[in-house]
Amino acid sequence: MALVKQGKIVEDSFQRVTDEAIPTTGAVLVDLATWQAQREQLKGRAEPVGVVLKSDEHPEVLADDLPGLALVALDFPTFRDGRAYSYARLLRDRYEFTGELRAVGDVLLEQLLYMQRCGFDAFEIESDDPERDFETALADFTVWYQPAGDDRASALQLRHRR
Amino acid sequence: MYRYDEFDQQLVDERVTQFRRQVERRMAGELTEDQFKPLRLMNGLYLQLHAYMLRVNVPYGMLSSRQLRQLALIARRYDRDYGHFTTRQNIQYNWVSLEDTPDILAALAEVEMNAMQSSGNCVRNITADQFAGRAKDEIEDPRVWCELIRQYSILNPEFAYLPRKFKIAVTGSPNDRAAVAVHDIGLRMHHGEDGKPGFEVIVGGGQGRTPVIGKTIRGWLEPEHVLGYVEAILRIYNMYGRRDNLYKARIKILVNAVGIDKFRELVDAEWEHLRGGELTIPAEEISRIHAYFAPPEWEELPDGAATLAAQLAENETFAHWHQANVSEHKQPGYAIVTVSLKAPGREPGDLDADRMDALAELADRFSCGELRVSHRQNLVLADVRQDQLLTLWQALSALELATPNIGLLTDMIACPGLDYCALANARSIPVAQDISRHFIDVDKLQTIGNLSINISGCMNACGHHHVGNIGILGVDKRGKEYFQLTLGGASDQQASLGDRLGPALPQDEVPGAIETLVDTYLGLRQDADETFLETYRRVGITPFKTAVYGDDTSPRRVA
Ligand code: SF4
Repeated sequence: MALVKQGKIVEDSFQRVTDEAIPTTGAVLVDLATWQAQREQLKGRAEPVGVVLKSDEHPEVLADDLPGLALVALDFPTFRDGRAYSYARLLRDRYEFTGELRAVGDVLLEQLLYMQRCGFDAFEIESDDPERDFETALADFTVWYQPAGDDRASALQLRHRR
Repeated sequence: MYRYDEFDQQLVDERVTQFRRQVERRMAGELTEDQFKPLRLMNGLYLQLHAYMLRVNVPYGMLSSRQLRQLALIARRYDRDYGHFTTRQNIQYNWVSLEDTPDILAALAEVEMNAMQSSGNCVRNITADQFAGRAKDEIEDPRVWCELIRQYSILNPEFAYLPRKFKIAVTGSPNDRAAVAVHDIGLRMHHGEDGKPGFEVIVGGGQGRTPVIGKTIRGWLEPEHVLGYVEAILRIYNMYGRRDNLYKARIKILVNAVGIDKFRELVDAEWEHLRGGELTIPAEEISRIHAYFAPPEWEELPDGAATLAAQLAENETFAHWHQANVSEHKQPGYAIVTVSLKAPGREPGDLDADRMDALAELADRFSCGELRVSHRQNLVLADVRQDQLLTLWQALSALELATPNIGLLTDMIACPGLDYCALANARSIPVAQDISRHFIDVDKLQTIGNLSINISGCMNACGHHHVGNIGILGVDKRGKEYFQLTLGGASDQQASLGDRLGPALPQDEVPGAIETLVDTYLGLRQDADETFLETYRRVGITPFKTAVYGDDTSPRRVA
């Protein structure tokens, strides 16, 4: 498993904390229940905090907390579960989240482009050569018909700019 | 019709390249079938009972003669010389091989066609009235909006993994020939209070195991907001639709579970955020697309040409065909011709490569080089001069494509059934063939008048049996193929679902039962203008039930 950001493999600085024993130092990624139970304490930490949401946990529950979060991770329990694409768009467009938005779980190479268009900027992928595969996957399409959560121009915009 | 510009072409070419690489990886064993399956499905490639099936999009049913010739070439080169037109206005090839598929897609791209999203849990081909742009009762050409929605939905990154497939249909006429009420979203054009045309938005209709007539979520929507409103619906569905059970994943289940009022609240709350945003369609884009669908230069011709009247009086066979297969055109002197793909004994919707070429030729000669596929699996020549109808009819007759049965009993919809489909309980095609051979008398068919028979090989209802005036559903009774009849379904502006007539029948009793139903109707109707459906709605199911089963409607014993 590799974490890819901006096309490069990066060290995951967040420690994933699944139970309540939260280490006293370092960046942590907690689940929603932990966040809700220990919000005040977590908010007081000097180091970054992230929250991972399951696919049936709507990001609206984090709307007020987002300015204090460095990372939101959205889980794909299977690649067929496409809820997180909409969550990502809402997090970026509606709740104006500017931190790291990470795709975790069953993340297929074929989906990276779609994820990126919806606002994800970090991806946990399984691959022998993550950087190469990431680059290939993103090069599949250069034309898009519709606007999404990224800054690619749509065909409509390009047509009327001619 | 719409033509690709460099952007459309680039996108489709990139898709072919991508799929070619995926197929290579599959063939080299780098992808397992499990990993490959969603990729091939996004490109319309299914694994059927005996072979791969490729479903090719015909956007809202529009085909040029050049495209039809290419479809013929593909049928010859890569399939068994024929193709099958579907109820979603698409064409399917039933016998393709995996390794040929990238080449087929490349051949399609050459003529501005593709198979993108023709399967998978995404927005499928947008369907429309097959008389779009030519019907007299039309408010506006629905194809403009279909094309805008098509572009919006293709490779839409947010909605590629919906809970289930998603079908959208659009009609620009009050008389609904696109069955919009049985789609996930149906758009029906109306005049608003100030006379401006807009869309009634219908949501949550569908067939399958749980047939539902869609409900109106919005009475009137400005057309320029159609993409934003569709996005609001798709987003709510994507987030809240069920994903735990394949059979409960369509939007209709969500709409029914929360109720249309609550669903409307959710969508409208989302829509409030989107309204006026970047999905609002600029006026110049609407006119740009509109221009593609500008009508041809029609000639000024007198209507009801006297020669035509004389030809009809002279030639009874031509007159029969004219009565059933020719519809009114909005331009005087012109007519809309429906070419029946339901000749007696043939498989509904099938067309062989030679006839595809011949029809392409006829489209060039008689109808501006364009054709349409109807959701009842026929082809349409939409711009025929009335004074050329006789010549066209003669040419069609020579091709055995002049069966005079449009809208009549033998103009059946049938799904592929057990001959092809892995999910089927029963063979739908032989039943259709039996019925078409049983009702061969043209006079009798015309006396019976408008009557739709729809046949599905299992409860997934691809043959639309719920909305057939007579529906036929294949069921499995201890390993034997039986057929369940329903009565009173309709898919037009007064859509309704059929009622179950009684216990299922063995195949050889179906044509006789249909005959009994028809005779019962003929005996009960008030006059020749009262259709089967109207009589049924007036008298109810009992006389029909008694006629077929006598007083004994206890389940038949299975031998
Ligand atoms: S209705 Fe059933 S048998 Fe017919 S095509 Fe659909 S799934 Fe197959």
